[in-house]
Amino acid sequence: MLSRWLHLEQPIVDIEEQIDEIKRLAATENLDQSTKINRLEERKRDVMRRIFSDLSPWERVQMARHPKRPYSLDYIGALCSDWVELHGDRAFGDDGAIVAGFARLNGRSVAVIGNQKGRDTKERQLRNFGQPSPEGLRKAGRVMEMAARFGRPIISLIDTQGAACSPAAEERGISEAIAHSQLLMSRLKVPIIVVIIGEGCSGGAIATALGDRVLMLEHAYYSVISPEACASILFRDPARAAEVSGQLKITADDALRLGVIEEIIPEPLGGAHRDLKGMSAALGAAIEKHLSALEALSPEELLEGRYQRFRKLGDLDDPQVATAHLNGTPV
Amino acid sequence: MVMSPEAAPVAARLEEIPANLVTKCPSCNTMLVTKDWLRDLKTCARCSHHFRLGARERIAILTENFEEWDAELAPRDPLQFPEYLPKRNAAQIKTGAKDSMLSGAATIENRPIAIAASDFDFMGGSMGSVFGEKITRLFERALDEKRPVLTATSTGGARMQEGLMSLMQMAKTSAAVARLREERLPFISILTDPSMAGVQASFASLGDVLVAEPGAMIGFTGARVIEQNLRIKLPKDFQSAEFQMAHGQIDMIVPRAKLKESLAQLLSLLLD
Ligand SMILES: [Zn+2]
Repeated sequence: MLSRWLHLEQPIVDIEEQIDEIKRLAATENLDQSTKINRLEERKRDVMRRIFSDLSPWERVQMARHPKRPYSLDYIGALCSDWVELHGDRAFGDDGAIVAGFARLNGRSVAVIGNQKGRDTKERQLRNFGQPSPEGLRKAGRVMEMAARFGRPIISLIDTQGAACSPAAEERGISEAIAHSQLLMSRLKVPIIVVIIGEGCSGGAIATALGDRVLMLEHAYYSVISPEACASILFRDPARAAEVSGQLKITADDALRLGVIEEIIPEPLGGAHRDLKGMSAALGAAIEKHLSALEALSPEELLEGRYQRFRKLGDLDDPQVATAHLNGTPV
Repeated sequence: MVMSPEAAPVAARLEEIPANLVTKCPSCNTMLVTKDWLRDLKTCARCSHHFRLGARERIAILTENFEEWDAELAPRDPLQFPEYLPKRNAAQIKTGAKDSMLSGAATIENRPIAIAASDFDFMGGSMGSVFGEKITRLFERALDEKRPVLTATSTGGARMQEGLMSLMQMAKTSAAVARLREERLPFISILTDPSMAGVQASFASLGDVLVAEPGAMIGFTGARVIEQNLRIKLPKDFQSAEFQMAHGQIDMIVPRAKLKESLAQLLSLLLD
């Protein structure tokens, strides 16, 4: 299915098709074509290296939205055992756009919350493309509060183009739900690791992204607004999203430079969707590293560190402060 | 309502204004005598439409003895975003302010408070780094000096020209409210037209009490965006203060002339 691949992946897919064809012929004619195949495999790696060493911001947005990209439940399945999903906000409903529950990660029990996208049309609707409704954020809040009470660290996986956009979400207080989730996360006395695994846009993302560490997968993007929405506002033309995606500085490299994330987790060559196992291993190792460091802190140190982590973010001139601006590094 | 001396920005102009000058109400099209309209705190005597107020006017009609904090904080251009500087320079000239947020100490019926107001005329009252920093310092200093906090928002939300730096202000200001809550200090959030998106989805929704002005638009995603995305038509009052009241999202709707009195009453009930 060609449509499942991105335009930028076409040269790779072409070589893969050649390899498949040779393998098929070799099997039917009983010939040894391994030299030829090895040469093509090598060429494929070269092509991939060339393509992925130089992705434009817009290409990264496409990678983050790749139809084959692993979603929260894929990582939970690959990384955790004993996953028990919990449901409902005890007030209105159960939001499919957010999964929340407990699981075992490297032997330790953790709470995991995550935006969950759907694979097919039906599931996409059920999951609302991972865009959380108030009841989803309130469910996440309930589970995070429980995690704090039982001394379980929290892993929050972010993958959304924003919060639910509907009259129903407005009627049930999506603003308050986003605001309250941030307020809550700022006070929970357990370590919180946030990972932007795909898309991290707007209030729908920051709602569950207030953690002690914020990590990003290499091809994920993080932005105050989706490039399409920004282009609509600036130019009344969503088609200029590609251009705007560069201006908004939304890649993992940008986020690291702005001091908004602690670490970029490299993706396997060709992207997370080409090697879920490899990606999960890297993700698991990064989470483990940061969790171990955070577990050494007292609850007071943890809260103070989390507060200061966000407190220092911003770029402005303050004549009272010797350094021209508060943020770590100029862009 | 008796006007305080600090309401001078509104009141002083009264003397200079010719009696025959009129202002048209955009809601009911009535021609209002400008002098009367100003005396009515920029509301329509006919349909009670509440016109937007600038940040200084807002603080002047609500408080006395205003003393600005953090006036020296100035915005930068973290993304080198196209057209940000010219747009911002124009807003600075238009409003005479460095950015969209005005904050400081004041009194309300002799009670010391901390207050902040955003100015819609400055890039839609959007929240960038300066806005977020001023709000955070407001909460921190209020906590230090044991002052109740009032904020009056009039904003379209986060300032996209500051990208992620602006998104981070949502987390930063929400965390500052959480700290204030550890002390017995009330935070009253006054929602004026419009109070939307990234600001409404952070500190502005976190008041102990949410007070709105009549007719103010309050919400997260703007009605037009929802209409375009879902290809639906929304009722005219969607996201109005009255709509949010009916849906349990705010505590009260108070006309501008009664606002100061209501705030003083709330503070007294919580503190005296
Ligand atoms: Zn009118």
